[in-house]
Amino acid sequence: MNSNDIKPVPTSQVDASCRLPLLALFGGSALWLVLGLLLELTASLQFHAPGIFSCCPWMTYGRVLPAANDLLIYGFAIPTGLGVMLWVVARLGQVELVLPLVSFAGANVWHLGVLVGTLGVLSGHSTGYAWFEYPRVAAALLLPAFMLVAVSAVAAIGQRRIRDLYPSHWFFLASLLWFPWIYSTAFVFLLVWPVRGVAQAVIDWWFASNLIVVWLSLVGLGISFYLLPKFSGRPLEGRFTALFAFVTLLLFGSWLGIPQGAPVPFWLPASSILAGLLFSVPVLVVAMVCARTVCGAPAGCKGGPFCQVKFGTAAFVLSGIWTVAQACPQFAHSTLLTTFDLGRIHWQIFGFFAITVMGGFYELFPRVMASPLPLPGLPRFQHWLFISGALVLAASLAVAGLQQQSADFILARILPAFRASSLGWTLLFIGSLIFALNVFIMTIVWVVGIIKTVIGAIKAPLAVAEVKP
Amino acid sequence: MKNGFSVFCVALAALGLSWIGLVLGPVLQLGHESLTTVLNSTDPYPIQPAGAATLGLQVYKANGCAACHTEQVQQDGVVCNVVLSAPGLHPDDVSNLLSQLDLNGLTDQEASIAAAKIAAVGGKTEIRVASTGGDMNRGWGLRRSVSADYLYDQPVQLGSVRIGPDLADIGTRQTDAKAILAHLYAPQSCTAGSLMPSFKFLFVTRKVQGSPSPDALALPQAFAPPDGFEIVPTQDAKNLVAYLMNLHVNVPLYEAPFTPSVAANK
Repeated sequence: MNSNDIKPVPTSQVDASCRLPLLALFGGSALWLVLGLLLELTASLQFHAPGIFSCCPWMTYGRVLPAANDLLIYGFAIPTGLGVMLWVVARLGQVELVLPLVSFAGANVWHLGVLVGTLGVLSGHSTGYAWFEYPRVAAALLLPAFMLVAVSAVAAIGQRRIRDLYPSHWFFLASLLWFPWIYSTAFVFLLVWPVRGVAQAVIDWWFASNLIVVWLSLVGLGISFYLLPKFSGRPLEGRFTALFAFVTLLLFGSWLGIPQGAPVPFWLPASSILAGLLFSVPVLVVAMVCARTVCGAPAGCKGGPFCQVKFGTAAFVLSGIWTVAQACPQFAHSTLLTTFDLGRIHWQIFGFFAITVMGGFYELFPRVMASPLPLPGLPRFQHWLFISGALVLAASLAVAGLQQQSADFILARILPAFRASSLGWTLLFIGSLIFALNVFIMTIVWVVGIIKTVIGAIKAPLAVAEVKP
Repeated sequence: MKNGFSVFCVALAALGLSWIGLVLGPVLQLGHESLTTVLNSTDPYPIQPAGAATLGLQVYKANGCAACHTEQVQQDGVVCNVVLSAPGLHPDDVSNLLSQLDLNGLTDQEASIAAAKIAAVGGKTEIRVASTGGDMNRGWGLRRSVSADYLYDQPVQLGSVRIGPDLADIGTRQTDAKAILAHLYAPQSCTAGSLMPSFKFLFVTRKVQGSPSPDALALPQAFAPPDGFEIVPTQDAKNLVAYLMNLHVNVPLYEAPFTPSVAANK
């Protein structure tokens, strides 16, 4: 296809073409984020008053916690990431988003899948596999829903006017391939034809690690590789360095996840140890690329989206270092089966991913909706809430994890650290309300605007030319 | 990389490699694992659990017990302990020697040397193999968990965080079904300050009809129902307890050997 065949499209038209699917993706994800954090808070109440939900099976800790974790990943992280991704590929290609109705349908089926899955887990129909708890019905909805959104994203990449692929494109394309593959593998080998014995656990670890480490990193870095140069007003430093980071992230990140000491043949955890140590390569290269792009840039960040993406990218580096540290056998031994690893996971989800996509969201949303944010001071407040919430949460889980073995896993001895995690959840919850408020107010304003236009059109007197003599 | 196809190929190759390694590999190696035998015996292992225990695993799964409990015993290594089984004809010499020798926590070689020294003065010894590690010190199992332990589990509930104790060997530690039921109903009645949630929804509080039910829980005063009422477990609770009591890591296997201490208990 010749790029000259496609006429240049004004930026405002590109933004407007994303409106419908993005509203569907963000609307649901804002709701799920609020609900997921509310459930996380409910679960952490357990550490303050263990008896409170004893009569209600739906609210027992073992059901609420996986439901909440899955809401954060499937309900919030994936649709929000996809939403920002759609806008970035439309902007990069300088074309209107193709097949917006397909991704709009995909977004709605996805949210339906999350709803069914959450109800399934809370009513006791969990599959029992960590980060893959949604029952078969929900899984069967999520997979095609993702494919629908992916079709729209790939089509938008295919229609681009500038034929050279930008680094963000690599990350997004890989993520669009990654999720269907890992999710369908888990679906087939765990739910349809379950394999026997601990092979189940290995597949679940592989899936969860590829989802949380690789998928979130691909999408988050794709967004920050687009936004950081845009904000700082200069090109991404080192295309080949970025390519190197991309390839090593895929190669080493995908072998993580098998915990040391697991009752499986030793070569499995050993390969994860090796991959974990080598994971330092993409992390350092990403740190280098981003630091060289951003440092000394003329543009200041002033608490806006630039700040969020900068912080998110720095948080990715910290999360990567955390992953590498956990691969060191000596260190891993002292934190085995503690909440230390949970701290890393939540840091990856909130410190890195959520804050980065929020930067993208606040950059794109006023443009896509073609109207300014109703309360422009709030995003900055949300940014601070997310930073402090993610820090408190990750730190409390890490500290609790470091104490757990010496306390012989008797929780009562390390209770203060666990209770501190409730504070982290509370801060994140308040922050999520701001996100939801922005999405819903903007949506309502938009819908009211449409209704007014329609009513106006109906009430308007007919033009003289249309009146029959 | 200038076109999408090359990116697709790179991603496909990277993910394919990891898929072959961490999905196909384990499935081929472990997916068709068959029964093994107990060390130095022809007894098959593991034994297929009874129906109630199999159903109990579904209750365990549905209520997310794995959110707080692991089912995997960890082990650092093994040591050999030399134990005197018969003093022989010169007990005084043997006891003199014993006071000079270090008999516990030895390597294979050291243990053989110590045993040979004792044999030289006429004592008979036995070398016992024991697992070491934090979990053994806590009494959570006699050896590490191995893949064979989970052959009948569907789904396998290894867990990843120990908010509560490991349950892989709970059936050996707790042999009283009523005590487990009481723990499920009111954890604080068994362990003061426990943070385990109560699973009251797995029990029914009902009026005593005639003579009390043999299933009724015996609880301390603070947790007991009002007079004339009794608390009985539902079928789910009974299945769950059957499952828990069936969890053992107390049999030596080829890949995780230890010397069973049956003789020492006598």
